[in-house]
Amino acid sequence: MDNYLQFQAHKKSPSPPSGGEGWGEGSSTAARDWPPHPNRADAVASAPLRGRGDKRSDNGTLITIALAVLALALAAISFVIGPAQIGISDLFGGLFAQHGTATVIAREIRLPRALLALVVGGALGASGAALQGLFRNPLADPGVTGVTSSAGFGAVVAMYFGFAALNPLILPASAIAGAVATSTILYFLSRAGAERTALILAGAAIASLATAMTALAMSLAPNPYAMSEMIRWMMGSLKDSTLADFELAVVPVVVGVAILRSAARSLDALTLGEEAAQSLGVNVHGVRRRVVIGVALATGAATAAAGAVSFVGLVVPHLLRPFYAYEPARLIIPSALGGAALVSAADIAVRLIAPDGQLLVGVMTAMIGAPFFVWLILRMRREAI
Amino acid sequence: MSALRLSNVRASYVGHMALEGVIAHFDAGKVTGVVGPNGAGKTTLLRVALGYLPHESGVVRVLDHELGTCSREWLARSIAYLPQESAVQWPMLVHRIVALGRLPYGARDDGAAAVEDAMARCDVLQFASRRLNELSAGERARVLLARALATQAPILLVDEPAAHLDPAHQLRLMELLRAEAARGVAVAITLHDLSLASRFCDEIVVLQNGHVAGQGVPGDVLSDAALAQVFGIAAKRLDGNVVPWSRV
Repeated sequence: MDNYLQFQAHKKSPSPPSGGEGWGEGSSTAARDWPPHPNRADAVASAPLRGRGDKRSDNGTLITIALAVLALALAAISFVIGPAQIGISDLFGGLFAQHGTATVIAREIRLPRALLALVVGGALGASGAALQGLFRNPLADPGVTGVTSSAGFGAVVAMYFGFAALNPLILPASAIAGAVATSTILYFLSRAGAERTALILAGAAIASLATAMTALAMSLAPNPYAMSEMIRWMMGSLKDSTLADFELAVVPVVVGVAILRSAARSLDALTLGEEAAQSLGVNVHGVRRRVVIGVALATGAATAAAGAVSFVGLVVPHLLRPFYAYEPARLIIPSALGGAALVSAADIAVRLIAPDGQLLVGVMTAMIGAPFFVWLILRMRREAI
Repeated sequence: MSALRLSNVRASYVGHMALEGVIAHFDAGKVTGVVGPNGAGKTTLLRVALGYLPHESGVVRVLDHELGTCSREWLARSIAYLPQESAVQWPMLVHRIVALGRLPYGARDDGAAAVEDAMARCDVLQFASRRLNELSAGERARVLLARALATQAPILLVDEPAAHLDPAHQLRLMELLRAEAARGVAVAITLHDLSLASRFCDEIVVLQNGHVAGQGVPGDVLSDAALAQVFGIAAKRLDGNVVPWSRV
């Protein structure tokens, strides 16, 4: 503080520059006197900067509210869709009744599935936004970087070798451990100064390794299993979700997203590059650690519940970014809401297209996401984004 | 008291020495140029001064406080830094980028006046609501400088302000930095362009292989002997300023 005052004192008695001619007059240095094009600068300055393009004046807040409403509406639609022929009022009534067929369907089948879609989508959307901000790369996402596949591997190991039967917490914990392992590798790669493209390539390698390990673990597992189970873990599915799945997932996801949100302001500074961010007082290693932990918690828990749903974290932040003036900090929560809406919508589509339950939600997101990924790469070549 | 002073500083990157026995000072109200051939340690010197690269021995004093004893926030408010890397990942609005310069003051800071002032000084107010990727390289350089000025730090470090700019923009940026020095800021810049250095700097620090070959006013430090020995060039003189002319 005292040094700042000192600086103010400097300002009042500046030492004249020694050099002489070109910049000479120099000592009357009130900031207002300076601009070299007074007319232009004054004309603009009369419109105050405050509020222009500010959070309050652009419609980011409105869009955030709209996304929340959309996610909830889709969850409600998801709740009323299903093979059982049952009226909407009976279904909603069943939520609050004590027993009966409608109650069982509403509480144990439809509600968990609808809620889990929100939680899984929220986790993936927020994780994608944070990873893109941290790695300064629009191609980053928990799926592309291998975090979801590693979490899926962790979950499969816990399930098929019987650890998960010991305690219900072991399944999400093992998935989170898988996610932590991969995001830690990414952390050290980026800390060692790996190029942005190298990080994505490393992530792709980790993703295929994790998928192969998942298949291997399933082949070696002592418990008998079905091929469809394997695909379910690798692609991600919300079918047959239980309330327990939701309950186990929701806490780590909320905590993870909150951690990501807490790192948001620093992600804005990282836009300028690591050196500049550091010079602005940002603890760059601390931000990396927080993002890694937040992503691992959220993605790990989501994957333990639903398998490796891909591309949500890639698509959603990218679509929302222009509405939030491209500011990484503002994108975390909207991406969580948008992810929740996207997974809910995909899960509705899956059931409408194949009412027999043969289509997995991850297949849907990949069918949207993979072409989008390619389009994004082509676009990145044309313009700097 | 110098705003920034390095005494006997030694620093290295993994595996190789980068600075050794560096003694240099940067004074309030002056533009101090750091010159030297490629790999001499110019950028490293700035990074050490920022605390971005920890020094292994010696003392760095920032506004008379020893680096390492001061808090991250205090340091960020005391030294503004403009790295050479000027890529901004997302096409954010210009005035939001400049506002990032207020980060060291925390979330409750309302730095609108400082932001506007910095933008006015760099003549980028008219771009306030534009996206950075819509601007030319020269305009971008001014926006990023405004970001650094918005911090209102008493020390300003700029890595290669003239790189990748056309001559008019080079001159304009140097004038902006002079104006900062005239306001009492200690400005330190690394430069490859010796004629810009000799014209616009009050002091020159010459680096060679991680050592300081000399510090003083341009006329003394950029002598013919020094230019030959450090840079391997001979220069012509134009109004006392250096114009690199031939290799020796």
